[in-house]
Amino acid sequence: MNIHEYQGKEILRQYGVSVPNGRVAFTVDEAVEAAKELGTEVVVVKAQIHAGGRGKAGGVKVAKNLDEARTYAEEILGKTLVTHQTGPEGKEVKRLLIEEGCDITKEYYIGLVLDRATDSVVLMASEEGGTEIEEVAEKTPEKIFKEVIDPVVGLTGFQARRIAFNINIPASLINKASKLMINLYTAFVDKDCSIAEINPLVVTGDGDVMALDAKLNFDDNAIYRHKDIAEYRDLDEEDAKEIEASKHGLSYISLDGNIGCMVNGAGLAMATMDIIKHYMGDPANFLDVGGGATEEKVKEAFKIILSDQNVKGIFVNIFGGIMKCDIIATGVVAAAKELGLDVPLVVRLEGTNVDLGKKILKESGLNITAAESMADGAQKIVSLVG
Amino acid sequence: MSVYINKDTKVIVQGITGATALFHTKQMLEYGTKIVGGVTPGKGGTEVEGVPVYNTVSEAVTETGASASVIYVPAPFAADAILEAVDAELDLAICITEHIPVLDMVKVKRYMEGKKTRLIGPNCPGVITPEECKIGIMPGYIHKKGHVGVVSRSGTLTYEAVHQLSQAGIGQSSAVGIGGDPVNGTDFIDVLKAFNEDPETHAVIMIGEIGGTAEEEAAIWVKENMTKPVVGFIGGRTAPAGKRMGHAGAIISGGKGTADEKIRVMNECGIKVAETPSVMGETLISVLKEKDIYEPCKTH
Repeated sequence: MNIHEYQGKEILRQYGVSVPNGRVAFTVDEAVEAAKELGTEVVVVKAQIHAGGRGKAGGVKVAKNLDEARTYAEEILGKTLVTHQTGPEGKEVKRLLIEEGCDITKEYYIGLVLDRATDSVVLMASEEGGTEIEEVAEKTPEKIFKEVIDPVVGLTGFQARRIAFNINIPASLINKASKLMINLYTAFVDKDCSIAEINPLVVTGDGDVMALDAKLNFDDNAIYRHKDIAEYRDLDEEDAKEIEASKHGLSYISLDGNIGCMVNGAGLAMATMDIIKHYMGDPANFLDVGGGATEEKVKEAFKIILSDQNVKGIFVNIFGGIMKCDIIATGVVAAAKELGLDVPLVVRLEGTNVDLGKKILKESGLNITAAESMADGAQKIVSLVG
Repeated sequence: MSVYINKDTKVIVQGITGATALFHTKQMLEYGTKIVGGVTPGKGGTEVEGVPVYNTVSEAVTETGASASVIYVPAPFAADAILEAVDAELDLAICITEHIPVLDMVKVKRYMEGKKTRLIGPNCPGVITPEECKIGIMPGYIHKKGHVGVVSRSGTLTYEAVHQLSQAGIGQSSAVGIGGDPVNGTDFIDVLKAFNEDPETHAVIMIGEIGGTAEEEAAIWVKENMTKPVVGFIGGRTAPAGKRMGHAGAIISGGKGTADEKIRVMNECGIKVAETPSVMGETLISVLKEKDIYEPCKTH
């Protein structure tokens, strides 16, 4: 789960990570009011969307007085920002962070991520702050330093200091910087983060070390134990169909194509998209109905697929292990009848109770094309969609 | 022979009184798996499906002599269940549970260092040695005893591969699901090593997917160490970057973990990669014929 920068900074503040003072604003008037309250000469108007690259897209502006703050708030609020992370359709700005200006001496990068190679959390840092870490990794990998963290002792003082020295934090600020890193790690673990990235981390003219930006992502599997984090969820930032799917325990991801897919198992669902593409079709979605799908769940899955206007045909690909083919078939028939299905439907069933499942489909009186294998089904739906 | 489990493996079921566990306990018993006990804290002394239930894993192990456990405990408590299996010094713990918080697994992995237990999973279908022992949730009847090892990050894709093999008359020595999570107990290399050492395994199918670099590392290991042919498949060629495709571990991030890169490295290391999931079986058979081991791999 992703959250906004201002929410991330609220969390960091609780953990003693120094961040600039700021207020969230949903309207232009609120933005001006926030700037007034901050009382600093310079304020920064920052678009709050769940995507990086906001600065380059014109979503971050420095205002030297209240009039400028108003002008920038008017300009950014409601604007659709297109960054390398939003996709070509961009994202509309509905919230602003109004933050006090900051006297930056130098920018750095620090980030905590889960490293799959070591099965550990790793602290990464670089003195190339403000640049994306992937870019630094590609151009100047020698400038990235890493510390693998032992979950028993956590991020230790010496590791944090070693990182701080390696990225050339001024000697007088080493302790402040390492304290910040340790606090960031504590927040990461306490809140079950999957990413905690500070880019840039800055050293200021008056000798402070601060998180000027904050990107915090959370492990979806751990949200159940963090009610406070769950409340930060911003549904405006998510795909409506994906939200609906998650309510029914379905794993769904929107894609650009026109062939709706309903599959059991994540691996098979991905492979189904791949094979449709292989036969020159275009999948409209990834959809894993899961192991224990009920008739009701199958129906909901159908509704979500059909709510996508681009869908011109549906391919159901089920290999029943836990899931029985007759249950899938009954669900498919019920959904098709209830929703008055008017696009081609190809169903491939294999596994437990497969014969019963096929019989239910055949006797339904519906126009369902049966497929003998995954390849057969993919070819059939591609040709039916045309 | 086989890897990890065989007809003599004695198994306990952790979380046995839950609905999913009960269903699969029945299925495993029907398959012939030696389920000798179950564990549900507070239900010790009772019996389900003719299997005695204990309060703790250590008690179950002492009473039954089990060497393996299968875990169906719900995600919030599953990491603790794994730790309990490790503490009881089981040889093998197979965790079926999906959605375990990843930082729980980071701690589990650290705890397991130097301990005797091998963990398979979490978020996996389990392990099967056809016609001997089935531990997990896979449909037993699609499997046939034979000489091809299967290792996979995905449950349903494993069934797909096994089904294709069985239909073509090619049996399996064992099929191992290592699971779809970013932090897991057993990786491709561990299983490939086991298959390499198993005299009954003549060839291996390895099924990967986007996310991480486990397939690349395994491919390099295969090139340097494997004496048996390996074919592969990678799911998620068409998956968009930055999106978690169902499995917690199936995500392309920062340009890393793409299917194309994995396929490239596997090809380079001599692993033939099936073009589509429909031809995993065919691809393996073509390699068996190439290596002149098709006949001994046929199921009689």
